[in-house]
Amino acid sequence: MLGRLGLDAIPYNEPIIMGTLLVVAVLGAALLGVVTYYRKWAYLWREWLTSVDHKRIGAMYIILALVMLLRGFADAIMMRAQQAIADSGHAGYLPPHHYDQIFTAHGVIMIFFVATPLILGLMNVVVPLQIGARDVAFPFLNQLSFWLSVAGAVLVMMSMFVGDFAATGWVAYPPLSELGYSPTVGVDYYIWSLQVSGLGTLLTGINLLVTILRMRAPGMNLMKMPVFTWTALITNILIIAVFPVLTATLALLSADRYLGMHFFTNEGGGNAMMYINLIWVWGHPEVYILILPCFGAFSEIIATFSGKPLFGYKSMVYATSAIGVLSFFVWLHHFFTMGSGANVNAFFGIMTSIISIPTGVKLFNWLFTMFRGRVRYHSATLWTIGFMGCFAIGGMTGVLLAVPGADFVLHNSLFLVAHFHNVIIGGVVFGSLAGISFWFPKVFGFTLDERWGKIACWCWQIGFYLAFMPLYVLGFDGMTRRMNHYDNPDWHPWLVVALCGAVVIGLGILAMGVQLIVSIRHRGENRDLSGDPWDARSLEWSTSSPAPFYNFAVIPTITSLEQHWENKLTGRAYLKPEHYEPIHMPRNTGDGVLIATWSFVLCFALVWHIWPLAMLMLAAVIVHFIARTYNRNTDYYVPASEVARIENERYARLVRVTQVQRPSSSRPKAA
Amino acid sequence: MSNPSLSATHDSAHHDASSQTTAGFWVYLMSDCLIFAVLFATFGVLVGNTADGPAGRDIFSLPYVAGETALLLLSSFTFGAGMLSARAGRRGPLLAWLVTTALLGAAFVGMELHEFAALVHDGAGPGVSAFLSAYFTLVGTHGLHVTLGILWLGVMLHQAWHYGLDEVVLRRLACLSMFWHFLDLIWICVFTFVYLRAFL
Repeated sequence: MLGRLGLDAIPYNEPIIMGTLLVVAVLGAALLGVVTYYRKWAYLWREWLTSVDHKRIGAMYIILALVMLLRGFADAIMMRAQQAIADSGHAGYLPPHHYDQIFTAHGVIMIFFVATPLILGLMNVVVPLQIGARDVAFPFLNQLSFWLSVAGAVLVMMSMFVGDFAATGWVAYPPLSELGYSPTVGVDYYIWSLQVSGLGTLLTGINLLVTILRMRAPGMNLMKMPVFTWTALITNILIIAVFPVLTATLALLSADRYLGMHFFTNEGGGNAMMYINLIWVWGHPEVYILILPCFGAFSEIIATFSGKPLFGYKSMVYATSAIGVLSFFVWLHHFFTMGSGANVNAFFGIMTSIISIPTGVKLFNWLFTMFRGRVRYHSATLWTIGFMGCFAIGGMTGVLLAVPGADFVLHNSLFLVAHFHNVIIGGVVFGSLAGISFWFPKVFGFTLDERWGKIACWCWQIGFYLAFMPLYVLGFDGMTRRMNHYDNPDWHPWLVVALCGAVVIGLGILAMGVQLIVSIRHRGENRDLSGDPWDARSLEWSTSSPAPFYNFAVIPTITSLEQHWENKLTGRAYLKPEHYEPIHMPRNTGDGVLIATWSFVLCFALVWHIWPLAMLMLAAVIVHFIARTYNRNTDYYVPASEVARIENERYARLVRVTQVQRPSSSRPKAA
Repeated sequence: MSNPSLSATHDSAHHDASSQTTAGFWVYLMSDCLIFAVLFATFGVLVGNTADGPAGRDIFSLPYVAGETALLLLSSFTFGAGMLSARAGRRGPLLAWLVTTALLGAAFVGMELHEFAALVHDGAGPGVSAFLSAYFTLVGTHGLHVTLGILWLGVMLHQAWHYGLDEVVLRRLACLSMFWHFLDLIWICVFTFVYLRAFL
């Protein structure tokens, strides 16, 4: 009846896990208590959980990512602490089995449940606003995608307390991840959490691609599309091209584990290298999926805060597209040591090095954008400048690793670990945090506290170098990754420095929390009344902050790449339209949340082999989805009078802003 | 409607709903195609790994598979005929064609299940070798798609009957028809690269 699930699934005897469970339980109960105390359940359900508004879904993606960042960081600091202790005969405080789960969970969480939701969240918030659309192409699907991601995240979190998580490393190479070597539910948790959240990511990819291709405001041809939207376009194409590969690959691994098949096993003619090829056919484009929108965010930020148009917009577009294409031809560099032969390795090594060319083009474009600009050192600018240095170093060590001969020495060493943290933290994390501080007012209507934002930024920058530069040294010194303990006293000091770095990053995360609290408490002083707090250039800044649920009262007609800037220069930016039309909008629905809930229970039942429950939940998902197709009342019209009321309030606010001095010559003019 | 340009965008936003959905569905089909691409590639890599079990030549029967193929191709034809009725607004013939399509699809799935059952019975189940794992997974995934297509056909039969041929029903029928023809295309590849190839 309960399959493999029993009371023994809960690890009572592990004090660290039980302590964490206690903290999570107390915090969770406190959160639920607060929501209940303030009677916010109805509000939460009506306005957020059932929302199909792309801005709210985007914000929820980012909240999910930040919550998961805490978990991923907790894993990181535990590993750093372990390695700082477990030198020459000391076992440290984490037993190997637990340690292996932690480094696996750290990787899985940081990629799938921090970086990916950050990117999806930013794209969700920004893309429709930048192209002058009122929502995404399929709003219900968007909601479903988000909640499927949440289902995956909850599964991963749950695995810690009920059963265990994979102890295989974040890409779960077979044969280690096969039943024979990983007999517990850990790998099953891994598989189903990635399957369910991966489905969500794929659906978002389709959704945003159609949104970008079909819903741009009239006049916005592809070469008038803001550069963030361009990067989002390429990223979504990559998502659609590679997430099915991940789905299929994990399905084959599950066929091995659940149905006794022999795709990747040692026995029966299985071929483990097939899995490793397939997972990296997904995995390498995945890193470009994550980084490209960050490049887009940096481009918007650096142009805005330099007060200049982006240098080399076209080359930026071509570089982005080139990276998108090249990303499919490099996957083998993850396993040069497989021994495919010199020619194959040389091909992939060269292709990998070639990617640094379009990336270099971008870097120079950003520098030239700043050149002779009037640069304002907002925290978003600081993140961007920090990124440029950091990513350049990460890129160069990447090119070093791309040389197959060097890779044979550096493969699986801490040099590699340092390299990919260098590009992922320096690129994706800095980019997303820059993007959040940049676009935050567009969703919430007030700007984030600058002082704490800068403190967070400096802690991250300094902490990053302290934590990861020593790993390069250790890599050259021959230290391999994923070590529970070691017997080389020379490594010890470097690992202590790395721990200090992790602590400084922790202070950065703390500062982000303080920043959020301070900003919310002082939101009255930091209201963005104009809708354009940074004197920015693209369309999203032409509407109010927070953007109304319909985004634009009148769909703008596009004549320029920097429409909002152009309008400000020509005095057309804040003209009040003569009249308004009713607006067609999707209705909120609970179907996405509920279908994702059934999916979550389905996955849980599959992990524990609870077959009756699994059948029931599969039926629930299908029946619920079909029932949804019988709902003909999924949209409605906002009456023109309601639009006029909301817009009139906005123009009343705008009049007040005209007294405020703004950096550029163009001030909002209320008609 | 004093401002013609405004009302134009307003209306076009409305008309776009259908073409947006079909465009999105096209993209979904391409992603599904990639799932099959992975399965085909895996099959190609593992086809020789029979681990002392039977090879394709020993277990496949071409005439039987030709029968399956005929059923599926015929079902694509009947679906096409149904779509012509739908476009002409004739609901009766549409329903008849859709029922025929579903029956042909069900017969195909029945034949495939029978083939699978016979293989497992003869000791050539999916756990015997990597080749058989890849075979069952590839062909079975296609069969699963056809089964879901039949379920979808059932839903559309009811919706066409219940709602009539309105914009939403026509849009969904258009998506389903793409799905159905897509599965045919995949089957042609299965027939060629899985079955015919074994006898080369």
